[in-house]
Amino acid sequence: MREREDEWTGLMRSAISGDDAAYHRLLKAVTPVLRAAARRGLTRAGQPADQSEDIVQDILLAVHMKRHTWDANAPFAPWLFAIARNKLIDALRRRGRRVFVNVDDFAETIPSEPAPETVPASEVEAQLKSLPARQRDVLQSIAVDSASIQDTAKKFAMSEGAVRVALHRGLASLTAKLRGQ
Amino acid sequence: METDQLIRTLAADNAHRARPVGSVLALSLLLAAPVSIVIFLTELGVRPDVMTAMRNPFFDLKFAVTLALAISAIAISLHLSRPEASLRGWAWLLLIPIGLLVVGMAGEMMMMPQRPPMMTRLMGRNAWNCLTSIPLMALPLLAAALLGLRHGAPTRPALAGALAGLLSAGLAATLYASHCTDDSPMFVATWYTIAAVLVAAVGALAGPRVLRF
Repeated sequence: MREREDEWTGLMRSAISGDDAAYHRLLKAVTPVLRAAARRGLTRAGQPADQSEDIVQDILLAVHMKRHTWDANAPFAPWLFAIARNKLIDALRRRGRRVFVNVDDFAETIPSEPAPETVPASEVEAQLKSLPARQRDVLQSIAVDSASIQDTAKKFAMSEGAVRVALHRGLASLTAKLRGQ
Repeated sequence: METDQLIRTLAADNAHRARPVGSVLALSLLLAAPVSIVIFLTELGVRPDVMTAMRNPFFDLKFAVTLALAISAIAISLHLSRPEASLRGWAWLLLIPIGLLVVGMAGEMMMMPQRPPMMTRLMGRNAWNCLTSIPLMALPLLAAALLGLRHGAPTRPALAGALAGLLSAGLAATLYASHCTDDSPMFVATWYTIAAVLVAAVGALAGPRVLRF
């Protein structure tokens, strides 16, 4: 458990110093843990656990938008679990349940837990439709067509800088829309 | 969108760097400060005998107290803008302005044998002015502080909002202190404190609405 968390901290430090692949690996690595905790929270609230994916995506977006509040000298896991707990409580509350969520719920998740069956997430998808066309196109090109920033720039005859701006703005307004629900 | 697709998209945005919360907070406070200063200059103004007053240690103490409040509250609210933060190890900072007041009240008792009776010093002449002017000048700063802290990730938004209230009350009280002719630490400990608690309460109510992320 300890080793896993040290690895996360190392990956996040690399990510901040510009290593996109490390960031990708980190997000991949934390997702099963977040999913397991979301399922546990849903079950405890008497909700179907297979709806965890919207919560997972909500947490990932918050992690991304708030990562500047992580102190690179501190371990990453407590920061991550605090964000996740906050988002999980919020999500359960939105579903009409008040539930106490313990930070240990995250820390104690077994990493080898097999990926459970989940209902596909729909909230991000739905909000995506309400974005300005340019942001939506860029997001879809990168997410769905797995195009790089460079390829996306060529495809839409934009500069790479403009693609980056549209990408970040799109993610920021997705996050804001999810919060506003 | 599948989670793997979302992760890919987030990783593509890794190069984006957000400003630190501290600089966003500083910037928004700087933008709001002129509003409070205009209120101060049009409604209050510096007291006419300020040059003489500056030789009175109790006049100077007011600024030490209000600035200590503002600075401690800024430090704590920035700390609380990190999601995993708690008050532990930080709340004592608020004891600095309180300690200064206690020292001031003790000093007044020892250094001024001919002081007016306690209730006279406590009531002063500007109690109502103090109670209204500090919150009035604090409100623009409170709004700015909340907007600045929104850039952070406070998981205890009511607490963070209260601290935003204290920091803006501390800054507003620093302006007010140069207007008010009541210098007794008894007066400051009573009315400035009530004013600061009022603003903190507004901040605590606004926090959960504004600071959710």
